[in-house]
Amino acid sequence: MSKENNHISSYKDHLLVLALLITLTVITVAITSIELNAFNTAAAMLIASCKAAIVLLYFMHLRFDQKIFLIMAFLVIALLVVVIGITFIDYLYR
Amino acid sequence: MNSNNQNMETAIHTHSDMHRDDTASKLGMWLFIFTEILLFGGLFIVYSVYRYMNPVAFHLAHEELSITMGLINTIILLISSATVAMSITAIQKGDKRLSLYMVGATILLALVFLINKYFEWGSKFEHGMYPGSDLMDMLSNGDMLFFSLYFFMTGLHGVHIIVGMVLLAVSWFKIKKDAVRSDKYALLENSGLYWHLVDLIWIFLFPLFYLIH
Repeated sequence: MSKENNHISSYKDHLLVLALLITLTVITVAITSIELNAFNTAAAMLIASCKAAIVLLYFMHLRFDQKIFLIMAFLVIALLVVVIGITFIDYLYR
Repeated sequence: MNSNNQNMETAIHTHSDMHRDDTASKLGMWLFIFTEILLFGGLFIVYSVYRYMNPVAFHLAHEELSITMGLINTIILLISSATVAMSITAIQKGDKRLSLYMVGATILLALVFLINKYFEWGSKFEHGMYPGSDLMDMLSNGDMLFFSLYFFMTGLHGVHIIVGMVLLAVSWFKIKKDAVRSDKYALLENSGLYWHLVDLIWIFLFPLFYLIH
């Protein structure tokens, strides 16, 4: 491919990322199986966001590609977070 | 004269390459992925707002879903994401055989995911629980919202699985025919990106529907 993109992820790295993702999944199931009320949702969403970040950075290669892809993905996710935030401010304080 | 010839050759070579711009093709794939993120993002907002308005119904309805089934499907999708990532590593290293195996494994895992989904939905259907059924009409507002969103969002995700399988199957045949190879693998890379998106969506669907209460 183009000269800027010469990073090849190793098989081992992919397997390590997979192991990390499965571990985080099991942790989420364990955490939500105990009663923590509101913390359940917060913890589950926090871990899901970490998993999403790992998938984006390593599997989807954003960490090693040209920075423009990372910047664009960040802006789109920031937009979504802002929209979710505004929606909830509206519903919580109306 | 000699150098002139060489220049010509370079020019011709560059010209034949100019029809291909892998970075632009990847950029196009990412732009499409952004629209998908916003599509599912909107659905997540709908789900969250209705959950906030019907906390008790959503809590009770979520207990109808099997966490084990969801967990198995989550792990299947995570493994399939790793296999498609490894198929790209393999093609970059020129290992056609391994790349074919890895893409094949991804398609098989996708099929297993859909079979699980078939049994999961099937057991709901057997109990008369499907969109538009008499049972659905008798449910309370909150229950109906939960199950309608469950069927719609996992259904739309399932459609994405099928599209991903088609893209991966096309990539598999192109690798086999050497149309996708170590110096030309944008198609496999973009199919891989799409497949990771399918995984990314499930990473949020699983805790939202199966876990949080």
